[in-house]
Amino acid sequence: MSDALVLHRLQFAFTIVYHYLFPQLTMGLALLIVILKARGLRPGGERWNDAARFWIRIFGINFAVGVVTGIPMEFQFGTNWAGFSRYAGSVVGQTLLMEGLFAFFLESSFLSLLVFGERRLSRVGHFLAAVALFLGSWLSGYFIIATNAFMQHPVGHVVGPDGMLRLADFRAFVLNPWALAQYAHNMMAAVVTASFVVAAVGAFYTLMGRHGDTARIFLRVGVTAGLIAGLLVAATGDTQAKLVARHQPVALAAMEGHFESGPRAGLVLIGQPNVRERRLDNPVVIPWALSFLAFGTFHADVPGLDAFPERDWPDNIELLYYAFHLMAGLGTLMIALTLGAAFLALRGRLEGCRPMLWLLMLAFPFPYIANTAGWMTTELGRQPWLVYGLFRTAQGASPTVHSGTVLFTLMGFCGLYFVLGLLFFFLIGREIAHGPGPAHA
Amino acid sequence: MVPGRRMLEIWYAIAALLFAVYATMDGFDFGAGIVSPWVARSDTERRQVLAAIGPFWDGNEVWLLAAGGALFVAFPRVLASGISGFYFAIFLVLWCLLGRGIAIEFRSHLPNPLWRAAWDFTFTVASTLLAVFFGAAFGNLLRGVPLDDAGWFSLPLFTDFSAGAPVGILDWYTVLTGVFALVALAAHGALFLAWKTDGPVGERSVRAAWRLWVTVAVLWPVVTVASHLVNPALFPGMGRRWLAALATAVAAAGIVTVFVRLRRGGSLLAFLGSCAFLFGILGATAASFFPVMLRATGGDALSLTAYTAGGDPAGLRVALTWFAVGLTLAVIYQVVVFRLHRGPATAARDGEGY
Repeated sequence: MSDALVLHRLQFAFTIVYHYLFPQLTMGLALLIVILKARGLRPGGERWNDAARFWIRIFGINFAVGVVTGIPMEFQFGTNWAGFSRYAGSVVGQTLLMEGLFAFFLESSFLSLLVFGERRLSRVGHFLAAVALFLGSWLSGYFIIATNAFMQHPVGHVVGPDGMLRLADFRAFVLNPWALAQYAHNMMAAVVTASFVVAAVGAFYTLMGRHGDTARIFLRVGVTAGLIAGLLVAATGDTQAKLVARHQPVALAAMEGHFESGPRAGLVLIGQPNVRERRLDNPVVIPWALSFLAFGTFHADVPGLDAFPERDWPDNIELLYYAFHLMAGLGTLMIALTLGAAFLALRGRLEGCRPMLWLLMLAFPFPYIANTAGWMTTELGRQPWLVYGLFRTAQGASPTVHSGTVLFTLMGFCGLYFVLGLLFFFLIGREIAHGPGPAHA
Repeated sequence: MVPGRRMLEIWYAIAALLFAVYATMDGFDFGAGIVSPWVARSDTERRQVLAAIGPFWDGNEVWLLAAGGALFVAFPRVLASGISGFYFAIFLVLWCLLGRGIAIEFRSHLPNPLWRAAWDFTFTVASTLLAVFFGAAFGNLLRGVPLDDAGWFSLPLFTDFSAGAPVGILDWYTVLTGVFALVALAAHGALFLAWKTDGPVGERSVRAAWRLWVTVAVLWPVVTVASHLVNPALFPGMGRRWLAALATAVAAAGIVTVFVRLRRGGSLLAFLGSCAFLFGILGATAASFFPVMLRATGGDALSLTAYTAGGDPAGLRVALTWFAVGLTLAVIYQVVVFRLHRGPATAARDGEGY
């Protein structure tokens, strides 16, 4: 692997991880805002409307950062991955253009009406603006996932006489079963992020003794949505893992640190993959569980890394293994936390339980970490392929761009995004300090 | 069924159309950014400018993504080669777009005058640089890039400024097109503000628009002659192609409309004249440039054309169906937003607008 390739990958990884911190909140929040606004339409819903207004302000700041960090993503296909663009553009260009036409125009047209249009629009009109942002952001998510799903599990294509990919079956490409499973998993995870953030702010206000009634709404909506979405994340994650087992068995083996093939494979809870010795050090294993989870029977033979040539192994097995286990562990923890909080809320004791409020307030980074680790699992598991089984990552980088140039732009992004992050925290902190209610004077 | 060659021609037209719409739409908010220090002096006036473009700028920028997406799906070789060849320049553009978007969105969150002044500065500088970059990019396409026989190239930022081999991104010609784009977009933005604002901002915008449009009228023939020197094949094609002739006529009618209407102050019609001018010169260039997409400085045989660099016509036939639906929806959304924000823009109160 040449220097330039590492840097191309690092730059894309850094900019996409940073970018996705924002859409995961806005996509999830869009759904919660629609719910809050819908409740606010009913008689006596003024308090729900106030709650919605607060989150719309947070949404606006996040959305702006999501937009400006998203544009470089689209362009990096061309700047850094020109080999891939040339090879697969006829196919993946379809979903990327569809995203622009069907999702971005919808979002961008109604964003300012949602954020600033409450006086200009009727109550129903403002609710519809929220629905437009919800539809736009969730559509956008689908087109991106469909693009990624093609790279994970290419369907609906043929290789043309010039060696480049062509679209053969549009329906198969757009309704890729991989995309449907990944979309469900990803969107539910985005709702978990938004729920945890909403609950954390509710917990913060309750602990501070401020905005009592609105904080109650935040806590209840956050915990309820977080629990439901968290359970759905687990269920859809299982579906996705079965797809990985079927179509990317070597990725599953690496995710699990499963070096030796065999029936009745155990599920690894913890342990350190030792790639050089081809074994897992200090493992704690649930016997037979991996066979069951991956293939539905305890006796199923789960191929280990030894069943595949080393050149087809994911190229960073340790990172992949840890990312996967971090995601799964945090996912479980978050379900347990929201379950406990929901139990307290049902008995009317959540607002008085300070330890739980502290936990909820401090837990909001978990879904961000889990989402990031989940995407790292997906993308590291796909290696060494850019388009699975067809096109290697090493073939995809731009041939004319030197490593020093990429390092330069990568450092540029680090600096810019650092400053952007500071500004973001500053403005969000200000909104939270100001709290729900009328805008700043 | 539409034959394959025709399908590539249709997508060439679509990509050109989307780029021209992008330049016209985002052009007015770039222009507003460029002229805003001159037409808006107090904080309230600055906010009036931002209120005029605030609801639109993000949607306008989506046209760039749509144009890029059309290039991606229809001419993947052109996208791959062009975007990676201009690697560093593309990132400068992206970082300016980033700073500019943040400036518009973050500026009015704080009442602090230094905070606002810093974002106003960012907004104007980024808008100015972007206009110059896009103009220079356009100049690079017309002049040509050093494509090799595998269809790749990379360009230094500048060489000897001669517009002859070895070429760089900046030479006398591309700097000239950059300056022309700066003046034209400033003129375009001034007309937009002359239409969408009233009071002192509107009056200053009308005066600025006059000066800028006179400069455009002077520079246009200069750029035309320069383009002929750099790319002698360009204009002979224009006369033989009805679409190019039509687009030129639209541009000419547009600039006449601007001058006729501007005597009576700003109006929608004057702004539409300005749209027609930008759209016309870009359309005429695209129509006479066809079928070339990336011109090679090393000879026509190396150029990437719509026919040689096109994707798979069968896939494009499918894409055409949903593209028509998507474009219609996009236009409907934008019309709705323009209608909801009709009338002169007024500065919002803190927390209630840009």
